[in-house]
Amino acid sequence: MARMKFLCDVERCIECNGCVTACNSEHDVPWGINRRRVVTFNDGEAGEKSISVACMHCTDAPCAAVCPVDCFYTTDDGIVLHDKDLCIGCGYCFYACPFGAPQYPQESAFGMRGKMDKCTFCAGGPPQDNSQAEFEQYGRNRIAEGKLPLCAEMCATKALLAGDGELISGIYRERVMKRDSRPDTWGWQKAYNFKS
Amino acid sequence: MTAPAIKGSFKVSEDWRPRAILLMLMIAMATLMISGWILHEGVFASDTPQIKTTNPRASFWRTVREGQAGVTTVQGRERTVLIQSGGENWRRVRNLFLARISPWLLGGVFFVILFFFFVHGPDKLKDAPSGETLNRWSLPHRLLHWYTALLFILMALTGLSMLFGRAVLIPVLGHHGFSGYLGMAIKIHNYGGPFFVAGLLIEILAWFKPNIPEKIDFDWFKSLGGMIGKGPRPHAGRINGGSKAWFWFTVLAGLIVGTTGLLMDFPEFGLSRGMFQVVHIIHAVIAVIFMTGSLGHIYLGSIGAEGTFESMWSGKVSAQWAEQHNDLWYAESMKAKPAQSEPAG
Ligand code: SF4
Ligand code: SF4
Repeated sequence: MARMKFLCDVERCIECNGCVTACNSEHDVPWGINRRRVVTFNDGEAGEKSISVACMHCTDAPCAAVCPVDCFYTTDDGIVLHDKDLCIGCGYCFYACPFGAPQYPQESAFGMRGKMDKCTFCAGGPPQDNSQAEFEQYGRNRIAEGKLPLCAEMCATKALLAGDGELISGIYRERVMKRDSRPDTWGWQKAYNFKS
Repeated sequence: MTAPAIKGSFKVSEDWRPRAILLMLMIAMATLMISGWILHEGVFASDTPQIKTTNPRASFWRTVREGQAGVTTVQGRERTVLIQSGGENWRRVRNLFLARISPWLLGGVFFVILFFFFVHGPDKLKDAPSGETLNRWSLPHRLLHWYTALLFILMALTGLSMLFGRAVLIPVLGHHGFSGYLGMAIKIHNYGGPFFVAGLLIEILAWFKPNIPEKIDFDWFKSLGGMIGKGPRPHAGRINGGSKAWFWFTVLAGLIVGTTGLLMDFPEFGLSRGMFQVVHIIHAVIAVIFMTGSLGHIYLGSIGAEGTFESMWSGKVSAQWAEQHNDLWYAESMKAKPAQSEPAG
């Protein structure tokens, strides 16, 4: 059984935001919500590094642990999904998530946020696979079509890898060996070896 | 080994000791420095591949993990932070500490009170009410009390549902039923909160004066107002020591819960994610303590002390109740207006 993970190769990411655009257009994400973002450190200086990040689909996911309505579930592929029909927009998952993945359509007085939205690893949500209802709430379900997340597929430098954890870490290890660099599987410890 | 050599090279005189110690220290330091150099060059330097494993960017990744902000084109809340660690702590404090301790605190105090009630019994009136009554709380005061009390209960129940509903109510209502309820509950909590704070502020203005503590109020506690022990009932003015303590407890807990609640309620206050985690824990911890304390107040105001409920419900108390619980106020009221006295404040 595959265990789906994301890995962003920091030696390759060029901050083109192709992944962000691919995600927004594939899922018809409303303005103001970005399921993926690229963060650049030391921008414009020597040693500048960019990293593309979205929901990491954590093992023992913190969002799921704090959700008061228990609306998260993990698929057989290790993808962390949530049920928007249950979500009450309390904001707890945003406060718990290490990667700032949960997003809200609004943020107004009296704690009104609307239904939480986040990266689904292109795996939709609880409604019937590839139904209109699923698309409207969660976006396209590429996993059900046998495809991988579009952000990684569109990545021009192949910095962003998505897929079975063992496969992508194998690819990454090969790269590290070829270029004689050091592995920087940033965020993996936090997302996949999470101990609480 | 070195000691005899030192001894031999010095002429043993009266002050040989300080010099010997100084020399020994210098030799020890030199040995340490040399051995450090040998260890480093000899042992580590020979093992070059190991040196290469120290990541020159380790400190860079550390700062990223510590939540240092970068830049991003994506707009929104704290989008520039790649990783935050506060969430993990917040999760632990909420799920492992708060959610585990509070049922014991609330349940424990509840059962202590229940035990007290069954073993000791309620605080009965010594003399049967004669029918003569005194006015204690005028209608505006009673409305203020019940307005705030109702909101307090709503806040408590909806707040507890946010913390424990998942464990307690989902098995009963199911996921969809509970989500429907909690969606309502969080709205009641978030919209009702400011109204509770308003009630609390008016209460503070209306009641702080008669609640200023006096010497006799401290004596009241020695026998908990005569509820326990045998001696004569302690003296009390219009408000006795116990009620005053509850009032100030309400002020303190209410202001903390109210302020933290308002901070979380309005994004205009600009609470950061890290601050929200801290403020939320303060809010929840103080709220649980507030609820625990309220159990005592609810007990004494209902089944715990005969005739007390009447004072806040009809606004009138029997002369016997007044004499028993607030003797000085009783005496004063009788002097002022023997038959029917006006509320003092
Ligand atoms: S990255 Fe955030 S939203 Fe995604 S599974 Fe982990 S905690 Fe949940
Ligand atoms: S915002 Fe929604 S998904 Fe997130 S913790 Fe609250 S109810 Fe759960």
